Amino acid sequence: MAECISIRNFNVAFGNTLVLKNIHLDIPCGQITAIMGPSGCGKTTLLRSINRFLELSDHVTIKGEILIDGQNIYDPQVDPIDIRSKVGLLAQRPFSLPMSIFDNVAYGLRIHGMADGKDLHRAVRHYLEMAGLWEEVKDRLREPAVRLSIGQQQRLCLARGLAVEPEIILADEPTSALDPISAQNIEQRLLELREKYTIVLVTHTVRQARRLADYLVFMYLGEMVECGEASAIFSNPQHELTCAYLHGAIG
Amino acid sequence: MNTAAGWAKRPESRTGVRKQRNRIARRLFSISAGFIFLVLFAIVTMLVQRSLPLWQKVSLPDFLTGRVWKPDQGLFGLLPFILGTFWTTGLGIAFALPLSLFSAIYLAEYARPLTRTVIKPVLDILAGIPSVIYGMWGVLVVVPVVQTTVAPLFSRAFPGIGLFQSSNPTGFSILSAGIVLAIMIAPILIAIMYEILLAVPVGLREASMAVGASRWQTIRYVVLPKATSGLIATLILGTSRALGETMAVLMVVGNVAALPRSLFDPAYPIPALIANNYGEMMSIPLYDSALMAAALFLLLIVLSFNILSSLALRRMLQ
Amino acid sequence: MNPQSRLRRRLGRIEETAFLFLMRLALISVVMILGWILATLLIKGMPVLSWELISQPPQGGYYLGGKGGILNAILGSLYLAAGGTLLALIAGLPVVFYLTTYLHQKTRRAALIRLALDVLWGIPSIVYGVFGFLIMLSLGLRTSLLAGIITLAFLELPILIRGMDEFIRTTPEELVQSSLAVGATPLETTLKVISRQTLPGLITAVLLAFGRGIGDAASVLFTAGYTDHLPTSLFEPAASLPLAVFFQLGTPFPAVQQRAYASALVLTIIILVLSFISRWLISRFNKYLVR
Repeated sequence: MAECISIRNFNVAFGNTLVLKNIHLDIPCGQITAIMGPSGCGKTTLLRSINRFLELSDHVTIKGEILIDGQNIYDPQVDPIDIRSKVGLLAQRPFSLPMSIFDNVAYGLRIHGMADGKDLHRAVRHYLEMAGLWEEVKDRLREPAVRLSIGQQQRLCLARGLAVEPEIILADEPTSALDPISAQNIEQRLLELREKYTIVLVTHTVRQARRLADYLVFMYLGEMVECGEASAIFSNPQHELTCAYLHGAIG
Repeated sequence: MNTAAGWAKRPESRTGVRKQRNRIARRLFSISAGFIFLVLFAIVTMLVQRSLPLWQKVSLPDFLTGRVWKPDQGLFGLLPFILGTFWTTGLGIAFALPLSLFSAIYLAEYARPLTRTVIKPVLDILAGIPSVIYGMWGVLVVVPVVQTTVAPLFSRAFPGIGLFQSSNPTGFSILSAGIVLAIMIAPILIAIMYEILLAVPVGLREASMAVGASRWQTIRYVVLPKATSGLIATLILGTSRALGETMAVLMVVGNVAALPRSLFDPAYPIPALIANNYGEMMSIPLYDSALMAAALFLLLIVLSFNILSSLALRRMLQ
Repeated sequence: MNPQSRLRRRLGRIEETAFLFLMRLALISVVMILGWILATLLIKGMPVLSWELISQPPQGGYYLGGKGGILNAILGSLYLAAGGTLLALIAGLPVVFYLTTYLHQKTRRAALIRLALDVLWGIPSIVYGVFGFLIMLSLGLRTSLLAGIITLAFLELPILIRGMDEFIRTTPEELVQSSLAVGATPLETTLKVISRQTLPGLITAVLLAFGRGIGDAASVLFTAGYTDHLPTSLFEPAASLPLAVFFQLGTPFPAVQQRAYASALVLTIIILVLSFISRWLISRFNKYLVR
């Protein structure tokens, strides 16, 4: 099992409150890793530290290392811009850019100079297909993206994120704002994307973890309690907190 | 380097250019932000510099307390103008306060959404009307009414009180100026007071009404006390705006450099002094320095009021 | 309920009714006064408003009642405000961008800048007029269109920045993050995403600052001067509508005073039009925006 993301001695504080305590974790490549735990356990904070989004908040102190492909992304020499090109984020509430559907997907491509002209059209189509949205929008690419339904917008966000060819996809409760059908759609897409990308998913339901996760991380109050292969943990949780959470006793 | 799909992966050189552009932009933008401080510094410094010659001939206390302003004789006593400013601004605030406060309370606590959507453009338009138009309206409407109706009425109704007496009123008075000023600053006072009242948490209101208090009791005993500091800060802001109003006041206040003794007497506020005399100031020695000193005085007062209220309001409305 | 509390309830209700009356009175007074002002302008100004008034500069003897119009002031005001707003935009837009894009964490610096802007915003226009006058002298200019433009730029700068800043701050944080998440630089995010989102608000801020510039008299009094000629050169004095109203009102000739009312009407119409345009813009662009 190759390690894509290694988190070492990672501590995060907001102001005076310690939110992540000494996280030590290896996330495997090419699999869906689900981070789960009761609300407030720090799973979103952990996720957002992987693409260095934490530093956008005020009064944040970060200590420790996160290694992606062997390189510490918190090294002072590293520019967050580069990290974010490699690590994409699918947020909880879909936020389209104030542009047309086409321009949303093309945004990253244009900025990075990855494609133009005919190539751009092919690229946009490709990523919309990957997100499972092409059929529904192919006739209205120039329309404002805000007119799409929320499920479609989330798929659009997925296409937008995929367009810059990241290696890792972070998904922060990507279906919690969606209706069940759209949620199922997104989950389907994530399963299909699995081999090509390393996916780290924060999930708020155990059931979603069961459906999607290859690797599981359970967090509680800022600490990593247990991690391992999903099937192993589901059948035989080692820690009593994990057990309690899986059975719905906590969180 | 191509991706599986056949188009280019992120070209490295391009990323470097983008980051460099970002860095340069950041540098440029921060310089422009520094420009703001430069402007502020320049205004104060230049006024101080130009008023320096005056301090060699006239001492500061004499300047501020002197009652006689005769530039060609070298007499520069600013007191009449200070008092003129004080009176017009004071009256303006006195009239604006109830007008704005009551309007704001009604808008925040009682008005239906429809009322709010109608009133908001009204306030915006009022706030956008230029000073000269208010002045013109003041000359056409306020001054005659004060002259023909209000002054005689008050003279007869309150014979003993000097404040209300007037012999041969022209209508160009601190009262007219106060009325016009009140209308001018009311829109902005209402807007800010409205925000302040809205900032009082809904939970607080609900807690009060949950024990059976009426809406008015809630406002009077819970909301208003909580909002008091913000309302005071708003008043200070309104005062600083009223202090600086030039054209409208100039047109209705009479521009007579005497200490006003009655509401119906004319006066001569500092902004009007500067505006009316800039033309002659270069021809009489020290006149320009004196006017600059007056402007500096005005500026310093406005600045202190402004800084005070800004600090308080920004924090409150955050 | 005992008689005491019934009495108290009664008094309380009377008090509430009394204050409600006062409150409604206050609000109605404010609205009525606006109506009064607009009505006065219309009644006094409409009869005198003529094509000649707005299409011609003053001819000889205009101020004694002769022929001509206020085109000098109309054009002068438009040029002054346009120039001033443009300069203010050039100086102010980078500041707004700096505040929104780069000062995420340095909240103390941002607070300091906003405080300085608040202070500048509160400085009376007469002081800007004096400042502009001093700048004019130090640059070796005489009263001119250029001096007026520079002064208006200083006056409008804090108004413009504040207007834009208030609007840009409403941009949802997630939108900014959506752009950053694909590896865009803060500059690209500002130019391509935030500006698009807030464009109607930015334009509104520009229009409002423009409206302020057109209507202000105290700042152009010393700096732009006045003239009966149409504005043709940056280095010649320029007339302005507010001063046109002021000067015409001050003459002893009723015919000229009447023209003052018409001039005031023209000025007010321009400002009202600006106000409506910005309102329309906001409502029209809303459909493209992200909530």
